[in-house]
Amino acid sequence: MGSFGKKNTVLPGFGPTLGYTIFYLSIIVLIPLSALFFKTATLTWDQFVAAVSAPRVLASYRITFGSALLAAGVNAVFGVLAAWVLVRYRFPGKKLIDALVDLPFALPTAVAGITLASVYSPDGWLGRYLVPLGIEIAFTPLGILVAMIFIGLPFVVRTVQPVLEELDHEIEEAASCLGANRWQTFCRVIFPTMLPAVLTGFALSFARAVGEYGSIIFIAGNMPMVSEITPLLIITKLEQYDYAGATAIATVMLMFSFCLLLSINLLQKWSRRFSD
Amino acid sequence: MHVSTGFQKSAEKVGGSRVSEPAWIRYLLITIALAFLGLFLLLPLAAVFVQAFDKGWEAYLAALHEPDTLSAIWLTLLTALICVPVNLFFGIVAAWSIAKFSFPGKSLLITLIDLPFSVSPVVSGLIYVLIFGLQGWLGPWLQAHDIQIIFAVPGIVLATIFVTFPFVARELIPLMESQGREEEEAALTLGASGLQTFFRVTFPNIKWGVLYGVILCNARAMGEFGAVSVVSGHVRGSTNTIPLQVEILYNEYSYAAAFAVASLLALLAVATLAVKTVAEWKIQQSLSTNETER
Repeated sequence: MGSFGKKNTVLPGFGPTLGYTIFYLSIIVLIPLSALFFKTATLTWDQFVAAVSAPRVLASYRITFGSALLAAGVNAVFGVLAAWVLVRYRFPGKKLIDALVDLPFALPTAVAGITLASVYSPDGWLGRYLVPLGIEIAFTPLGILVAMIFIGLPFVVRTVQPVLEELDHEIEEAASCLGANRWQTFCRVIFPTMLPAVLTGFALSFARAVGEYGSIIFIAGNMPMVSEITPLLIITKLEQYDYAGATAIATVMLMFSFCLLLSINLLQKWSRRFSD
Repeated sequence: MHVSTGFQKSAEKVGGSRVSEPAWIRYLLITIALAFLGLFLLLPLAAVFVQAFDKGWEAYLAALHEPDTLSAIWLTLLTALICVPVNLFFGIVAAWSIAKFSFPGKSLLITLIDLPFSVSPVVSGLIYVLIFGLQGWLGPWLQAHDIQIIFAVPGIVLATIFVTFPFVARELIPLMESQGREEEEAALTLGASGLQTFFRVTFPNIKWGVLYGVILCNARAMGEFGAVSVVSGHVRGSTNTIPLQVEILYNEYSYAAAFAVASLLALLAVATLAVKTVAEWKIQQSLSTNETER
């Protein structure tokens, strides 16, 4: 393989560094991940189907994927808005807010979980006003949604922001010279340009929310069939020493992550086509 | 339109109302965006600290001086101290091979390096149980030799290395690609050795990128919950990290203590964001001076 890299440069170290990269990637990521498939392969097809489509498991998919989709939708709308405001307008404290957007990446999920649970609990800062109105968030499926919105919040903002920053103002001026009003310019000119970035952010946020565990379990209530997410179900099965069941469900989730990762890569290729 | 406020300057700069919105729409959008971010970001962050000091300074300090908490802090530091250098080394090596050379399969390799980010933390823990656990591939052999990995510190370290695997590499690959290889080639032509070239030419160019990757890697290593929770076994005082200790305290209804310990991690998050912002600014700066030099 060394000849590929050395053909057009005098830089040393291609062979050893690529070798080490592949070696380390294999022992830390690829071989352990393959263990999941080998373990699943010890099940018969019927056992596998039974494990991944039991009623309690199906209910957990519904709540996990449904909430994650909804949370990604909320994040897409407010993420575009936040990116727009952060790029286009000036207001006091903007730099601080901009830095704070990444908080969900930096704040450990367990901390986010107990904090959200306490803020939305009946005597919490927000819960004490929401619960009398009949809006119960802590320990209900709504709590799952709130936690997923929190952890997925930075993705859309961070994918859309650079696209808006690079957007040429002349295009907008041209649209307005040609008689478009501001709303038409936004819908027909600006939005199509940032759509790939919005979709990428949406998919990233969705993927993160589907796999999320720490921030959700504290606020969800974790009632089987009602507010039990799939990652929690995997842990429950492990604690009951049902390794095969846990592995089968994990394989389903992993396959789903792979599909999402693939579509995110395609989306990013698509969005790069616009920027060039 | 003629009242000049701070909100308006950037709009005026780009040519007045034709490419911006009426003032009331701007104020409305800013208000909605800030309300959303305030509700979902500022409020929870403030809540951690307020609840941590709910019972006063003394209770706060006492909660941190608990032996179980101290041992959790020690284990978390130890884990980060192993994981960060290991992944830093990998990140630099991978970025060198990927950014400075061209070879087939490069984009597949980058996707594979990113893989741990798209795997659920719970699954990340599970795969190590499947290999090193009692029923796993190496389980019987490990038991025969009296080596414990799962439900012990090595398992925690392995799972943490997995979830923090991509941080440094994915930061350095695009950065080093954008810097090209002319400077390194010049150094080598002038007689520098490979390592000299790296430490004198490449490293000064990427040092802020390295810091950026390291600080994010460290934040995740110290804060990981799901993956560590699967492999830890939750033995008090020996296999609990700070996040797991927070969970235990919270589930025992010692809320003030749970939030006191959690506030350490929240402080870490705030410090991480601060360093990250500075590093981002420095990276931008060095990229733009590079461009003007060319």
